[in-house]
Amino acid sequence: MRTVSLALRNLLRNRRRSITTLLAMVIGAVTILVFGGYSRNITLSLQTSYVMRGGHLQIQRQDYFLYGSGNPAAYGISDYQKVIDVVARDPVLAPMLTAVTPTISLGGIAGNFAAGVSRTVIGAGVVVADRNRMRGWNDYGLPMNIPPSALTGSAADAVVIGNGVARVLELCEPLGVPNCKKHAQAEAEAGVAAPADITALAALESRPAATAGEARIEILAANVHGAPNVASLRVVKAERQGFKELDDMYVGMHLAQAQRLLYGGEKPQATAVVLQLAHTRQIPAAKARLAELLASTLKGQPLEVQDFEALNPFYGQAVGMFAAIFGFMAVLIGAIVLFTVGNTMSMAVIERTAEIGTLRAMGLRRSGIRRLFMVEAMLLGVIGAVAGVAAALCVAWLVNHAGLTWVPPGQADPVPLTVRVWGETAMMIGSAALLAVVAVISAWWPARRAARMRIVDALRHV
Amino acid sequence: MNVVTLKHIGKTYHLDAVDVPALIDIDLEIRPNCFTVISGPSGSGKTTLLNLIGCIDQPDSGEVIVAGEAVQTLSDDALSDFRARHIGFIFQNFNLLPVLTVRENVEYPLLLARVPAAERKARVAALIEAVGLSDKAGNFPGELSGGQRQRVAIARALAPSPNLVLADEPTANLDSHTGAAIIALMREMQREHHVTFVFSSHDPKVLAEADDAVMIRDGRIENIERREQRGEEAT
Repeated sequence: MRTVSLALRNLLRNRRRSITTLLAMVIGAVTILVFGGYSRNITLSLQTSYVMRGGHLQIQRQDYFLYGSGNPAAYGISDYQKVIDVVARDPVLAPMLTAVTPTISLGGIAGNFAAGVSRTVIGAGVVVADRNRMRGWNDYGLPMNIPPSALTGSAADAVVIGNGVARVLELCEPLGVPNCKKHAQAEAEAGVAAPADITALAALESRPAATAGEARIEILAANVHGAPNVASLRVVKAERQGFKELDDMYVGMHLAQAQRLLYGGEKPQATAVVLQLAHTRQIPAAKARLAELLASTLKGQPLEVQDFEALNPFYGQAVGMFAAIFGFMAVLIGAIVLFTVGNTMSMAVIERTAEIGTLRAMGLRRSGIRRLFMVEAMLLGVIGAVAGVAAALCVAWLVNHAGLTWVPPGQADPVPLTVRVWGETAMMIGSAALLAVVAVISAWWPARRAARMRIVDALRHV
Repeated sequence: MNVVTLKHIGKTYHLDAVDVPALIDIDLEIRPNCFTVISGPSGSGKTTLLNLIGCIDQPDSGEVIVAGEAVQTLSDDALSDFRARHIGFIFQNFNLLPVLTVRENVEYPLLLARVPAAERKARVAALIEAVGLSDKAGNFPGELSGGQRQRVAIARALAPSPNLVLADEPTANLDSHTGAAIIALMREMQREHHVTFVFSSHDPKVLAEADDAVMIRDGRIENIERREQRGEEAT
């Protein structure tokens, strides 16, 4: 008799036990796949967030990544426009690119001197049109709706600040920032007058008159020679940033404004050239090509390339953490399946001892007995895995259509809670294969025991 | 040539610290195309002897030759193949595979013997008809009476055209009327298929049908009675 047909009939012989075993496998598969889909969604959301903000790759001056944050003016790329032109026109890189744009990172002190408050900030100078294009990157089809930057169409002196910055600088009221203490109360608790030297520097800046309800800040930054440079800027919006640390320090501005703060009247530079690719998987090819360009066309400039994982170590940590949890869960569920199927097969061997003796007496080899039980376990495994994947897809569909939202790490706004199972072919096949293989392995010992039975003992079994 | 030759066979069971001799210095020759009955009281060693003849157990001493083959020299796989080709079994509890139909049960040993499909189909149909179960060919064993199940077991045992069919108390679980019918069927099939039947029984009706009757007691052969010696004509 064809072994598969016989094995299938034997499984149907004790339907309740087979269904219970399958149920354990289905629950295992659903747990693995739904968690896997959830963690996959988190890591892809994180990746998308980082790629939208900082691109896939950044060309920086050598050692800027390690030392430049303390003195960005000294680690600028002097001929950044040439770098952009070379990259944008390169026949290998050009088809991969969605954006190539310069950026400046700077540190300074932002003050609302009218209110007598200030704090250290991290400024980012960007080309707004390029950044808006980068915000549209959504390679994984995530349910995101990112609006254009608040700097779009704004004046040259416009800035966007984090909600935390707005609170400290007492700009909540004009910017409509929630959860702020009343101005008077805050002043009474912590109001401190600006230092006299800062007040003097601010007075030197040609400062447009503030209109009623307008929010303005002054930013003090050290220029390339170490001398202080001050700009009076108009805050167009306060936006919540994904991380509290960033929210309390972020100031976004036009690239030209940031360049004026860092380089004054000298030739403007950029601290990085940001490259956003159409697909993350293109990073190795793009890096390889950039290495060739840096060694040839751009040889004159001391540059290096960093990818988004190096620039954002949290991403790698999060991916690693979820992979570890996923692996841990998979091992646990694999163990449960191992013992469940093993127990089922052991019971089947005990119940069919006389039958095993009969088959052996009729001339079925030991290997045939072993194969019979292994095939039964394999069928259990395959049916359980396929049913598990189907059930996981149903659960994922229900979750995805339940209207649940959450705020992923590193993001400011809630997004729909998504469990990403459909389309994750490798994960589905991998999990199903794992369960099927575990089921077969679990049958090995009972099958071996069945095959090694003495025929006369098996026939005597009642 | 004899279908089975046993030379100086000894077999002892070890039960905890006690050795129980089951067979002691057995010499036996089973003639071809005979209806041979091994008879004796309970515990006399009938089943052990049948197991050795059926190559599903090994003696502690002596030599077992079945169909001209010294079976103790065969590996486990070779012995399995040997059984599939040369030996059919009929069990007291029928031992049909409950998940297979009558037709599939009879076909199973032919699959083990790798008989081609067309021949398999023809042989299965003929055997099922011969045991009078053509109308039950698609039924499962659970849907049959005890007598019908034993008929299926007889058809299954004969399917691979073996040299030897062994039956361990085949009528023990049947009422006397059905038992007699089964014995008659086995006798008929033995004659028709020219195959040697060896079975254990202490049913006088079975003994009366035997060509050769081997009487065994306390693990020793007490007597072998041939039909010729009883003054009847051998078949």
